[in-house]
Amino acid sequence: MKIAVCVKQIPDPAEEGSLDDATKTLKREGKLILDDSDAYGVEMALQLADSAGGEVVLVSMAPNGETNGLRTALAMGAESAILVSDPALQGTDALGTAKVLAAALKTASPDLILTATESTDGYTGTVPEQIAELLEWPSVTFAKSITIDGDKVKVERQTEVGYDEVECPTPCVVSVTAGVVEPRYPSFKGIMAAKSKPLEEKTIADLGIDASQIGWEGARQEIVDVAEVPAREAGEVITDEGDAHEKIVDFLKEMKVV
Amino acid sequence: MSDYSPPVEDIVFVLRHIADLESLMELDGFSQLPMDEVEGILEEAGRFMVAEVLPTDRVGDTTGAKLQADSSVAMPDGFDKAYKELVKAGWGSITFDAEWGGGGLPGTLGMAISEMLTATNMAFSLCPLLTHGAINAIEAHGSEEQKSFWLPNLVSGKWSGTMNLTEPNAGSDVGALTAKAKPEADGTYKITGQKIFITYGEHELAENIIHLVLARVEGAPPGTKGISLFIVPKFLVNADGTLGEKNAVTCLSLEEKMGIHASPTCVMEYGNSDGGATGYLIGEENQGMAQMFTMMNSARLGVGNSGIAISERVYQKSLNYAKERLQGRRPETQKGDQSPIIEHPDVKRNLLYIKSQLEAMRCLVYYNSALVDLTRFGKTQEDRTSADERAGILTPLSKAWSTDVANEIASVGIQIHGGAGYIEETGIAQHYRDIRIAAIYEGTNGIQAADLVARKLPIRNGEAMEELLLEIEKDVKENKLDDLSEPINDALSATRASNKYLLECFSELKIDAALSGATPYLELLSKLVAGWLMAKSAEIARTENYPKEFAEEKSATAEFFCKQILPTATALAPAIMAGDEILNAGINV
Repeated sequence: MKIAVCVKQIPDPAEEGSLDDATKTLKREGKLILDDSDAYGVEMALQLADSAGGEVVLVSMAPNGETNGLRTALAMGAESAILVSDPALQGTDALGTAKVLAAALKTASPDLILTATESTDGYTGTVPEQIAELLEWPSVTFAKSITIDGDKVKVERQTEVGYDEVECPTPCVVSVTAGVVEPRYPSFKGIMAAKSKPLEEKTIADLGIDASQIGWEGARQEIVDVAEVPAREAGEVITDEGDAHEKIVDFLKEMKVV
Repeated sequence: MSDYSPPVEDIVFVLRHIADLESLMELDGFSQLPMDEVEGILEEAGRFMVAEVLPTDRVGDTTGAKLQADSSVAMPDGFDKAYKELVKAGWGSITFDAEWGGGGLPGTLGMAISEMLTATNMAFSLCPLLTHGAINAIEAHGSEEQKSFWLPNLVSGKWSGTMNLTEPNAGSDVGALTAKAKPEADGTYKITGQKIFITYGEHELAENIIHLVLARVEGAPPGTKGISLFIVPKFLVNADGTLGEKNAVTCLSLEEKMGIHASPTCVMEYGNSDGGATGYLIGEENQGMAQMFTMMNSARLGVGNSGIAISERVYQKSLNYAKERLQGRRPETQKGDQSPIIEHPDVKRNLLYIKSQLEAMRCLVYYNSALVDLTRFGKTQEDRTSADERAGILTPLSKAWSTDVANEIASVGIQIHGGAGYIEETGIAQHYRDIRIAAIYEGTNGIQAADLVARKLPIRNGEAMEELLLEIEKDVKENKLDDLSEPINDALSATRASNKYLLECFSELKIDAALSGATPYLELLSKLVAGWLMAKSAEIARTENYPKEFAEEKSATAEFFCKQILPTATALAPAIMAGDEILNAGINV
């Protein structure tokens, strides 16, 4: 079983990011780290490979050849990585990203592709299904657990009220919900071993992708405006006149917590 | 948001320029690791400490370790998971020999990881620290068979280690100990006696605990010459490495301490009605004292490191608080508005007082650690000997000065927090309570000062010390240390005068006179060496292409240290050379 995990390297969310005035996109000049939401997919893949036998390959794209986040995932235990790196990728939108990743995934010929449900710095949440469509593979979203059963996967798919049990033939694309497994820490030995693991860099030309499909030129979405995050408003103070409990319940209902 | 972020940039700066980690990693004997990968490793280790260890710090302080009815010790919530994750991640074993499953890297890199571990939970960090000491002792003095039998599981952290020296009437005076060892026909010994203040003497974080115990074999000479060192495991270990029956080792009680509440400080009983606990002699009989010093030296440096760790934690906490706390009004602020207290000059002074000394102690301790690494694997015998001498001189400084200053820093940190600092809820008081012990254990700071004056200064009749002073003098002269050279030169002169006086005291057998000035002498020498390393740091940050803001900060901390802190030590010369008359006149015995 060969499992590919799509991972994104993003600016550290713990540090204050800034937007490029001209393009209104997030600046990504500094060091990039492994998107936290992808660590769950990596962990899930490693557990599957441990139990069913097999290997885990990472697939990622970045405009500037950054490998720091990929090294983290390799240190966790993935065997190898493919990084599509090309200056022409600057400005690529979700569909363009899916095209690049799909092409790179094809070269790895996996039996199963895992992704996060969405990235922490982009939040479009559309790339996994676009990849599946481009590969003409079935896809399952929001997995909370995956088991491999011969030539199909059984997935517990999270819903608002519980979970669905879904079966899907392989090869397929499954997106993994954040928080469903506890990602392992990269160990010291893992970090040392990661240095010598294969990390293959490819350009869009290597993948036979037409430059007009990607970057600013290929983007079919445009950021027309950005606005400051509204300041946090003061909370509502409820004075108890014998009915505070009802007001709290109403509030929680409004928040859809209960 | 967490109140500690690992100071990786500062740590890497000191590793690179003061400890010259790159050269250390090129020595035969150490594993190779390109310097540019060190930062990534430290970041990953730091991320681990913050995610897994830091959340256990407060609960450890409020809950503490608890002795159970069955003599086991229950650790606070989260400790078990944090320990197991630490073992899995392997951060405790990077400096040990690859032969035993370690990473083979210099101890100096281990200091950096240990600093972050200690900053996130000092009480927790003592378990790996004591294990480290036990490994060093077995590695240095154990037989090949003992090494391959005990070390792999200690190195991985699957088992932990302890040091058992102290008895009710044998604390600093180790030679007074009375625990007994009786030789058995099979070559093992039966150990009986009671030990106190045994850190992590009992717990279930690790599967087994390997106690290193000092005891007297029957008929051994009195005092330190009759002490032997034994391996006494909590569970006996079968020949195939599996755990066998429980040894006659029992935790009788836990001390209720001022700080490091989560670290179980045990009264341990070896043997009782059962004839004794099974122990295995390390090396030869009556060599225990020298063997124990192998553990003490690395442990002393480790305790010095805890001074850095807690100071860093206090600094970050105090800095954040000072930025947020609004109180008083700066003249330029509109009436009715309050200013964050960080804008008040006195609070700024307190913060810089912490920051500059924190950086200074990191320079000193990491430099000292690099010398210890050179002692092991220096290229020539000459390199190794001179590194050993200098490491010997600096170890008491690293231990005593760093922890004395850290105690003061913790106090200043509380001061910055004002009344809130005195309230446990802010969390700053915990560091003040935790770090207090560091000035006491592993040889009190007074003993460190006596060691410096009576054992280290007299090496080659003061020549080893003079070589250090000459190196500082040369550096000040040749490099552009700017106007920092004046306070350094002043301190150099005071140190030379003190050295001359102290050595004369010894040649005239006025031992008490020399020892009376030991503590101020240790402070003078510590601040001189630290001031020199700070001035060097500033010079390097200026000339080696560091970002402007970083270089300016290094200049500021170096200038503050050399101009405002170093002179307070230079002024100690009269106290160092006052002799013992005043003490005898003032204090009646």
